[in-house]
Amino acid sequence: MKEKIIKKLTEKFSENNIKFSEFRDELTAQVNPKLIVEICKFLKEDSELLFLQCIDITGIDEATSKNRFTVSYNLFSIPNNFRLRLKASIEGSGDSIDSITSVWKSANWYERETFDMYGIVFNNHPDLRRMYMPEEFEYHPLRKDFPLMGIPGSLPLPQK
Amino acid sequence: MEKLTKDDIHPKIVQALLGADSNITLEDALENDMILNMGPQHPATHGVLRVLLRLDGETIMAAVPELGYLHRGYEKLAENMSYHEFIPHTDRLDYLSPLSNNVAYVMAVEKLAAIEVPLRAQYIRMIICELSRITSHLIAIGSFAMDVGAMTVFLWALREREKVLNILDLVCGARFTTSYTRLGGVASDMTEEAVKMITKFIEEFEGNFAEFEKLLNTNRIFIERLDGIGVISKEDALDIGFTGPNLRASGVNHDIRKTNPYLKYAEVDFDVPVYTEGDCLARYFVRTDELRESVKIIRQVIAKMKPGEVTSNQPKKVLPHKTEIYTKMEELIHDFMIINFGINPPVGEVYSAIENPKGELGFYIVSHGEGHPWKVKIHSPSFVNLQALPQLIKGHMISDVVAIIGSLDPVMGEADK
Repeated sequence: MKEKIIKKLTEKFSENNIKFSEFRDELTAQVNPKLIVEICKFLKEDSELLFLQCIDITGIDEATSKNRFTVSYNLFSIPNNFRLRLKASIEGSGDSIDSITSVWKSANWYERETFDMYGIVFNNHPDLRRMYMPEEFEYHPLRKDFPLMGIPGSLPLPQK
Repeated sequence: MEKLTKDDIHPKIVQALLGADSNITLEDALENDMILNMGPQHPATHGVLRVLLRLDGETIMAAVPELGYLHRGYEKLAENMSYHEFIPHTDRLDYLSPLSNNVAYVMAVEKLAAIEVPLRAQYIRMIICELSRITSHLIAIGSFAMDVGAMTVFLWALREREKVLNILDLVCGARFTTSYTRLGGVASDMTEEAVKMITKFIEEFEGNFAEFEKLLNTNRIFIERLDGIGVISKEDALDIGFTGPNLRASGVNHDIRKTNPYLKYAEVDFDVPVYTEGDCLARYFVRTDELRESVKIIRQVIAKMKPGEVTSNQPKKVLPHKTEIYTKMEELIHDFMIINFGINPPVGEVYSAIENPKGELGFYIVSHGEGHPWKVKIHSPSFVNLQALPQLIKGHMISDVVAIIGSLDPVMGEADK
């Protein structure tokens, strides 16, 4: 299965856009963030791959000045019983990437959560609100520059 | 439930609720749609779930679930503590089955750090996973029945659950917040007395359970309130990311214990119940059938268990037993190093998932080779299952909302992390 996925993806989207790595028997594909929607659509709709489920989407704050944010997608193909991880590293100091809600409906809340926690903006998302924190909250808690104890006064008590 | 005016709700939520036609007025209920607020303090929402409902008469036009009332930031906490220190926090995720959360987390770390687990510890883990599946499903069925008006079943379910909690007290030393697993094994061996108690429990359980199934399966009110309510098709269930019993109620035969057997699930013989209707009743039947399969698994595992070690012998990664720390120099040094600097797994990232009572519970861990993880992402099944709520309750009556929430069986500690 691994070889088939590597072959199909490199044939379709050339080697410059996808780089594969493996750790503990898990396949990770580092992809070009500009192509994320096309790649996801291909993985879902190809008759042999059939990645029908998007299990999870999350961000990673690398805390570097260049390419700070990475978005990690966890896809699962029930017919092939195979997990694939896509990682899209957002270039430069940017913090926006295209939304994949058009491919999998489940991406809706995952992307909202990632936006809430990391401030990564998903373009074309139908309802990009915060998931857990209050709408008025100004910070993104899972960024590495957000202190563990929180920021005093950033969460006002409810008014009576 | 209380009626809300437009000023009470954040404008963005109003927009999500009303869609395109957002210039209608909300004040006069007879002229217009009404906005109802359900939760977060509502007994039938299974925790602090808030759902805003837009109603036309008694029919639900749109619904917006609001999460985050129990958000404690476990993913942030995990980044700031060692791998061992996070184990007690996993108890508080899905607080109805703390043991399987413990197992899921340590299995992810063991995969990352390549820690072997002795055979007996794996069997013990299987038993406690299935015991926690029984407790979780009992609460799910009991509170679900109570939501639709059958009070007795809830009390009977809690009575059975009490027996399991007594067993857990003997095995783990705690009834609820167990923190029983360790990297490379479990905290302490299962005693003969505990094994006897488990055997006695599963012998009695099937009979007891058949008794309260009788109360429900022949109850016309119960059946008619659930049959054909909250239907989700196979394609939609896959698309919205359902896992676990809810997915199997929609006709997808997928169980991680079968498709990707972890621990020793490949050695035991059990069936995966699948129903195709995809409604609330099917979700109830999947859970009742799974209870019987769990009993079957426990019975087989107890027969297979042999005496042996319960923690592996990898002193650089596995904490030594306390009696050894006090008497031996080497163990004291290792304990000091693990507690102060952590286990430093190699640079890399893993995702490991197990079949929790609620669905697929997965941990995605990114390691930079330090004593604490760089990132931990918890994939919680309750969060995913709740996402389907708006499309499930659309077009139904208010009284069906509690039935549908109950059938999804969310636990907010897990959904909010």
